[in-house]
Amino acid sequence: MSYIAKPKVVHPGLPRNELGLSMRDYEGGMSTLCAGCGHDSITAALVQAAFELSLPPHRMAKLSGIGCSSKTPAYFLSASHGFNSVHGRMASVATGANAANNELVYVGVSGDGDTLSIGLGQFCHAIRRNLNMLYIIENNGVYGLTKGQFSASADIGSKAKKGEVNRQPPIDPCLLALSIGCTFVARSFSGDKEQLVPLIKAAIRHRGFAMIDVISPCVTFNNHEGSTKSYDFTRRHYQPAVYADYVPPAQEIRSEQAAGSLQAVTMHDGSRLLLHKVGADYDATDRLAAFGYLSRHQAEGAIVTGLLYIDENSPDMHELQATPERPLNSLPYAELHPGQKGLDAIQARFR
Amino acid sequence: MSTQVRNNDFTIRIANVNGTGSASANTLLMKAFFRMGIPVAGKNYFPSNIQGLPTWYEIRVSDEGYICRSGRVDIMVAMNAQTYQKDLAAVSPGGYLLYDSTWPRDKQLAREDISVFGVPLSRMCNERFTRARERVLMKNIAYVGVLAALLDIDVEAVKTLLRESYGAKPQLLDGNQLAFDLGYDYAREHFPCPLPIRARAAGKTAGHIMVDGNTTAAMGALFAGATVVGWYPITPSTSVIDSFKSMAERWRRDPQTGRQAVAIVQAEDELAAIGMVLGAGWNGARAFTSTSGPGISLMSEFLGYGYFTEIPAVLINVQRCGPSTGMPTRTQQGDILACAYASHGDTRHVLLFPANPEEAFYLTAEAFNLAERLQTPVMVLTDLDIGMNDWMCPELKWDAAYQPDRGKVMSAEQLEKIEKFHRYLDVDGDGIPWRSLPGVHPKGAYFTRGSGHNRWGTYTEDAAEYRDLVDRLLKKWETARTLVPPALIDHAGQHRVGIVSVGTCDGAVHEARDRLAATGMHANYLRVRAFPFGSEVREFLDAHERIYVVEQNRDAQLRSLLLIETGVEQDKLVPVLHYDGMPVSADDIIKGINQDVLKGKAA
Ligand SMILES: Cc1ncc(C[n+]2csc(CCOP(=O)(O)OP(=O)(O)O)c2C)c(N)n1
Ligand code: SF4
Ligand SMILES: [Mg+2]
Repeated sequence: MSYIAKPKVVHPGLPRNELGLSMRDYEGGMSTLCAGCGHDSITAALVQAAFELSLPPHRMAKLSGIGCSSKTPAYFLSASHGFNSVHGRMASVATGANAANNELVYVGVSGDGDTLSIGLGQFCHAIRRNLNMLYIIENNGVYGLTKGQFSASADIGSKAKKGEVNRQPPIDPCLLALSIGCTFVARSFSGDKEQLVPLIKAAIRHRGFAMIDVISPCVTFNNHEGSTKSYDFTRRHYQPAVYADYVPPAQEIRSEQAAGSLQAVTMHDGSRLLLHKVGADYDATDRLAAFGYLSRHQAEGAIVTGLLYIDENSPDMHELQATPERPLNSLPYAELHPGQKGLDAIQARFR
Repeated sequence: MSTQVRNNDFTIRIANVNGTGSASANTLLMKAFFRMGIPVAGKNYFPSNIQGLPTWYEIRVSDEGYICRSGRVDIMVAMNAQTYQKDLAAVSPGGYLLYDSTWPRDKQLAREDISVFGVPLSRMCNERFTRARERVLMKNIAYVGVLAALLDIDVEAVKTLLRESYGAKPQLLDGNQLAFDLGYDYAREHFPCPLPIRARAAGKTAGHIMVDGNTTAAMGALFAGATVVGWYPITPSTSVIDSFKSMAERWRRDPQTGRQAVAIVQAEDELAAIGMVLGAGWNGARAFTSTSGPGISLMSEFLGYGYFTEIPAVLINVQRCGPSTGMPTRTQQGDILACAYASHGDTRHVLLFPANPEEAFYLTAEAFNLAERLQTPVMVLTDLDIGMNDWMCPELKWDAAYQPDRGKVMSAEQLEKIEKFHRYLDVDGDGIPWRSLPGVHPKGAYFTRGSGHNRWGTYTEDAAEYRDLVDRLLKKWETARTLVPPALIDHAGQHRVGIVSVGTCDGAVHEARDRLAATGMHANYLRVRAFPFGSEVREFLDAHERIYVVEQNRDAQLRSLLLIETGVEQDKLVPVLHYDGMPVSADDIIKGINQDVLKGKAA
């Protein structure tokens, strides 16, 4: 992917986080995406979220597949290791990386083509393993990088730039994720940083697979009249269900029981997530209800956004595997091999 | 019928139906020879099916220690009515056939040149055992009894084995002993025991084990310190993971916490399996996968990625009969070329070729060192014959001084000291750059990409920068040539004829050379153990006028690889090919070589 080094000038007055780092320390190379591409806004939201969480950049790892969206890890966190894998297979690489070292924060970025077409299998199985990672789908309804073919998230009736109409039903990543046990399901819009940043923070803090489907218009191939993933269309049909508010562990929560529309979820590390519900009846811890709510609104053409479902209590891959607390990649060799005595014991049954 | 006594030199084939529990009886029989100190090899010819199809087990007993398929059947145990005709025909002239005479056999089927023994195995077992399953199983133990009498097998060796297996379950032990005695006594009473083919205690198996290569490959990975496994089930590789899993449960589990120092992830497919291995390797864990042909095809894209981005990975390919699904339970060496150049673009991969379970252990452990030293995927190519059959090999040893070679990995201290880290810079001139692991130090960060990148580790589409990088990979390839295990060469003397082979051909080549030498034809022998080929391979090819390249595939893949990679003159390399799915025998090789010799005479 194209990469232009960005000159790093840090203003003395720039705000610093707990680590003494400024936002610049979380940025990456200069983006080479089209001006106005939704993906760039998501990059900015990721930078802000990591900065606000005061994460040490080198303790994060960013992974992606192939596509315009998958290029973006080059544009944030240049102090983190990055892994731009092959098309549709980021989830498996993340699985292996996470298996090797459970201490890093894993940020995966993918596209709707990368996740819902070629990578659908890997996406589903990473969810089933409850792999501890943030998985962002930068969803524009097209294949941007290969110039505008319909993706699997294109809605029925959605028009391509050249006028072709999509007649195949879309795959909704949120409904799909809900149906296969995803423990953190959210949707947002690249144009709504207020909603997106807290969601990313919560997703990073979630222990398990946190999926955020971010509608991210492609200004070059899918932002025209008739597209259902354009800025215009999204703004018109945008329907927040819940606003998340991420509260770090140390901070007191002010008015937990204030309104009936407020739902507090305790995260695994003791931090809290405050969910401001738009409809007072929405319960983000009820998988079935979330499924029904989403389906109903989808039928009406509304794009429901927010933290749609969260389950903080399911075991993640490492718990399912019963691996030790220390990262596997740091175990001393002496602990890993049975030695000649072990070898003799193993061989005893070969006689 | 020949009455000349032949000690410790015969082949038994047992024809059965799969799913009838004959495996433990066959293992018992094989181990009885082993315990008598007689070199023995067991080969299982089984269907790709769970129940009800024909299966054969072949035991070769050989004082000389010949372990390949003999191509002979001296005594057939025909337990499968379905295949009776074929089994009868397979017996070598002068041989014996044993069948269950509970039911009459087709009188039309007879052979004058062999001896046929009928034993009412089912009837005897039905009389003595009540449960249906027991009756079926005990029939198998009963034929072991018959064979023990016919072949003069040490009864005490069998009983000891039974006690070791069933000591904790007296009822089972009694049943097995009874079934064995039923067969043994019947044979003693009705047949001229022992036959001229006999077992004689030989004292030649001390310091040896009987083991299959999937188990030893798993042991190699365990001892090398592998901590992440991504895999997807496929015959004949599945038992690599089964073995690894059960050994990990024993040797990697902390009894206090119940936690296990390994993650074994069953992937959704082979693409994911190799993706996991690369992710883990990138992140500094020793990781491996094991698969077979169809899995290799699926892994290709990622293998090219691993080559180009320089990530250590270990892949054990237990080859089976291709193309496509092929014959999943038959053996072949058909993936040599597919693995050597797996993936699009200019890719080459380091391959290791064990010839037996012993080497499968050492070379798998070595694969992890090479993968990390060279920062590239390393494939260990075994095959079904090594992987799933029982081989006699010397006891395995583990060097107490062994420390894993983690290759060029920057430590936090090293990173702290340098001004800037560049992932793909050839600092040492051996084509191997330094790498850094995620999470270690902020200065170590770099971006791994399968797209064009330059020596500094940044994106490029620049012609010169791209060439610089791929040419450096070639330099690394030259370094690999000096690091991989060299070919093994057996120089019998100043001979113009050479034999080159690979992997499981080895046993058959040994036997073929002995037999050819007895007829006055002497050949030197080279067995490749790795790709890239070391300089010794080229030298051997140059030093001989005619070289027989023995391998188990139709297309002479090793020969092609030798031609491509060494530039040796084409006509010198004569293919000797065996590719029907059965392991190669010495006969197959001798036939192939003699054909060429005859052609030469005629010309
Ligand atoms: C195996 C393989 N097949 C096809 C491609 C070509 N390709 C590159 S990106 C892409 C689609 C990307 O679409 P999406 O994930 O939606 O990303 P976007 O560009 O829209 O952000 C395709 C088909 C590829 N790189 N690899
Ligand atoms: S083509 Fe579309 S998705 Fe790709 S960079 Fe341009 S606007 Fe973004
Ligand atoms: Mg897209």
